[in-house]
Amino acid sequence: MFSAVYTGGLHGMEAYLVRVEVDISRGLPGFELVGSVAGDVKEAKERVTIALKNAGISLPVAKITVNLSPADIRKEGTGYDMAIAAGLLACMGIFDANTVRDTAFLGELALNGEVNRVNGILPIALALQKKGIKRMLVPKAKEEECGLAPGISLIGIRHIKELLSYVQAEGEERKKQFPPFEKVKKNRKATGENQDFADIYGQESAKRAAEIAAAGFHHLMLAGAPGTGKTMIAERIPQILPPLTDAEQLEVFSIYSIAGKLKEMEGKTGRPFVSPHHTSSPQALAGGGRIPKPGLLSLSHRGILFLDEMPEFSQRVLEVLRQPLEEKKVQIARSGGTYVYPADFMLVCAMNPCPCGYYPDKNRCTCSETDIRRYLGRISGPILDRIDIFAEAANVQVKDFHRENKGEKTGVIRKRVMKARERQKIRYRNSIWQFNGELPGREVEHYCKLGAAEQHFLEEVFEAGQMSVRCYHKIIKIARTVADLAGEEQITVNHLAEAVYFNSGKQRFWK
Amino acid sequence: MTEKECILQQPYALWLHGVERIGKAGAQKLLECFGSPKAVYEAGEKELSPLLTQGALESILHARKKDVQGEYETLLKKGISFVPFYHPLYPEKLYAIPDRPFGIFVKGSLPGKGEKSVAIIGARDCSEYGRYVAECFAGELAGKGIRIISGMARGIDGIAGRKALDAGGRTYAVLGCGVDICYPPFHRDLYRGICEGGGVISEYPPGTEPHPGLFPPRNRIISGLADAVLVIEARLKSGTLITVDMALEQGREVYVVPGRITDRLSDGCNRLLLQGAGAALSPAQLIKELSETVWKGQRQNETTSSLPDNGKGHIEKLQAPEEALLHLLDFYPVSMEQLRLKMQSHKQLCGLSLQQTIEMLLKLGMEGLVKNEGGYYCLKTPL
Repeated sequence: MFSAVYTGGLHGMEAYLVRVEVDISRGLPGFELVGSVAGDVKEAKERVTIALKNAGISLPVAKITVNLSPADIRKEGTGYDMAIAAGLLACMGIFDANTVRDTAFLGELALNGEVNRVNGILPIALALQKKGIKRMLVPKAKEEECGLAPGISLIGIRHIKELLSYVQAEGEERKKQFPPFEKVKKNRKATGENQDFADIYGQESAKRAAEIAAAGFHHLMLAGAPGTGKTMIAERIPQILPPLTDAEQLEVFSIYSIAGKLKEMEGKTGRPFVSPHHTSSPQALAGGGRIPKPGLLSLSHRGILFLDEMPEFSQRVLEVLRQPLEEKKVQIARSGGTYVYPADFMLVCAMNPCPCGYYPDKNRCTCSETDIRRYLGRISGPILDRIDIFAEAANVQVKDFHRENKGEKTGVIRKRVMKARERQKIRYRNSIWQFNGELPGREVEHYCKLGAAEQHFLEEVFEAGQMSVRCYHKIIKIARTVADLAGEEQITVNHLAEAVYFNSGKQRFWK
Repeated sequence: MTEKECILQQPYALWLHGVERIGKAGAQKLLECFGSPKAVYEAGEKELSPLLTQGALESILHARKKDVQGEYETLLKKGISFVPFYHPLYPEKLYAIPDRPFGIFVKGSLPGKGEKSVAIIGARDCSEYGRYVAECFAGELAGKGIRIISGMARGIDGIAGRKALDAGGRTYAVLGCGVDICYPPFHRDLYRGICEGGGVISEYPPGTEPHPGLFPPRNRIISGLADAVLVIEARLKSGTLITVDMALEQGREVYVVPGRITDRLSDGCNRLLLQGAGAALSPAQLIKELSETVWKGQRQNETTSSLPDNGKGHIEKLQAPEEALLHLLDFYPVSMEQLRLKMQSHKQLCGLSLQQTIEMLLKLGMEGLVKNEGGYYCLKTPL
């Protein structure tokens, strides 16, 4: 006898529909699992057999064959257990497989019959919904996750006995006994809601740098002595970015679901803010493991990757940043294939100006020129080339805390940023880019036209030694964003002057 | 010794200089006893033994196995000359110091007879103020034909050497390693420049790697080659002060550029002033004072200058707020934040936005009046 039920598989970020075909026939008794299955999937035989036995169902003494189709894609993970169990039950005639033709089963079984959690349910749900699956049976602990996916209802299952009563129930009875999980509209909070730019005293220019960076998706470097508020500024950047769109939100949640970290994002609508410690390994950032999970670079997709004390990161870790900064994705090659995870983040880095942190205050700084050069030299040219905006967080004195002028509130800045992003949306509507910061050098002249006076101004600045040639396009891009923030279509000399200033910190690296 | 004899003796002089464990004094003593380096080379063991310790004797016998002529020729091929103390080219000022080197290696030339020279020394990690003052003094002095002696180190030494070359003057650098090694390595262009427009000098044989212990002794050569030593910036504990001590032992004039009492980089200078060193307030004043003392009777160069004011022409062109902003800056770098704070309590500048400030600073930078040092601003020239 033959029967088939559905489930889903995952390869990197890509999910696909899997048909679990079960056949029980006469012959030498045995249990065969086929269809390009990896070791952890093969173990399903034991888990399913024993879980069913402990639920009071013994498998017939016959030749049992289970095929996971399509058989040419390598299956990995433990999520196939529940579907195999359901397929066996259908094949044994316990229920009619036709009643679950638009249902998928996903979950790992424990030997006592309990259903355990698996990662990556959300991207699978999103993919299966497109293939016409309307319902999913998932581990109870994870049903909330799928509640995020539109157009598919899901039912939480705690134990294989619940699965049994679900499949045995008749049409209406099923719905009554197992109501689909209803998406609870939680009051979601933006990341770090209780933090405001107005909390930071002074640091006018560093805050302005953060605003320009956020508006044009420019990568940002904050330098400054210890305790000047670099981290405070970085933490507040997600709030001045526009909220995620629904599609972006699903993308972000999918990555977190695969990484098994969706709980961290629970109740947040804001953009991710990921701050790896400087002792992190390259694998932690890029993603690692035999079946690679998304790393921190992917977890900061559509959000901020904040590298505090950047020169303290090891050279190998920093080099990992190069591909995602260029291609906005991370590729990890394994024997089972290449895994691709998106990693389109805004890089914000912070560093001390020298090893002791007090340069250029010669009375406090004890570093020699060579020390400083070596320290700055830890950040390689290709990475620096990707960073547009350099800002200095200056020393703060206690008397600054008593100043009346506290600076702008986050809300005010966000409004300007949103406006600037709107302008960019219109500008790049027919192109593959979204933001000024993403423009490659060759496109700059097309999208950011300069008048004769502005051109002349840049030449003068260059001749006075205030900028280097390699920064030419960057400065125009920054000026474009500054103009967008001001709501002006034409880039003027004022915008360029500000751009030159926010790029000038880079010159220290090129000495 | 006649000149011809001198040339014939050169390989043996080099050999004697290179013998270990006899020391400068030992080498000179041997030379006095035997008359010439060649005679020392050829002297029998019996003649030598009463003059030397056992170790030195063994060392000298061992050294005789070396290829004396061959080593001298290799040296010449490298474009390096060896000048022993009795040589006519050996600088007279250096000859007069106690503990003079037995011989010196030179790449380029040596200061000539009767040439006025000033050593400019100071901190390696100098401030913008130190840089400005070093350039100013080195440029002016070198322009007046005065030889600049330095150690080619990072900071003040290197800046002074470079500026002296730029001003078309001659400058000499004394190294703490072999003259064929450029230390610090990033001064390669300066090293090349000095080899052409002056000379690189060392008492250590070519190939000697830089070593911390070699630097203090070379300081006595720096001061020894100069008529006066000018200290630009120095911390309380610094190598510069070692050179000053040597200079005083050698009876050289010591001049010091004063600094603010709040600057650690000027602590050493101010302490020297307290101890009675001369104050150098401008190149003109320094030249004038030296002309009245060490250079008395020597041919007088015309001296009519003060600190150059290359910024003043521009300042007149500036508008009122820009000039006001310029007056808020000085040689000590301030951050944009500190500058904005100062602006708030200035009645003419308090209303300016960050953007306007940025523009004004950029303009001042383009005029060459202000320097942007990684987000910190300072003056490039005094007002």
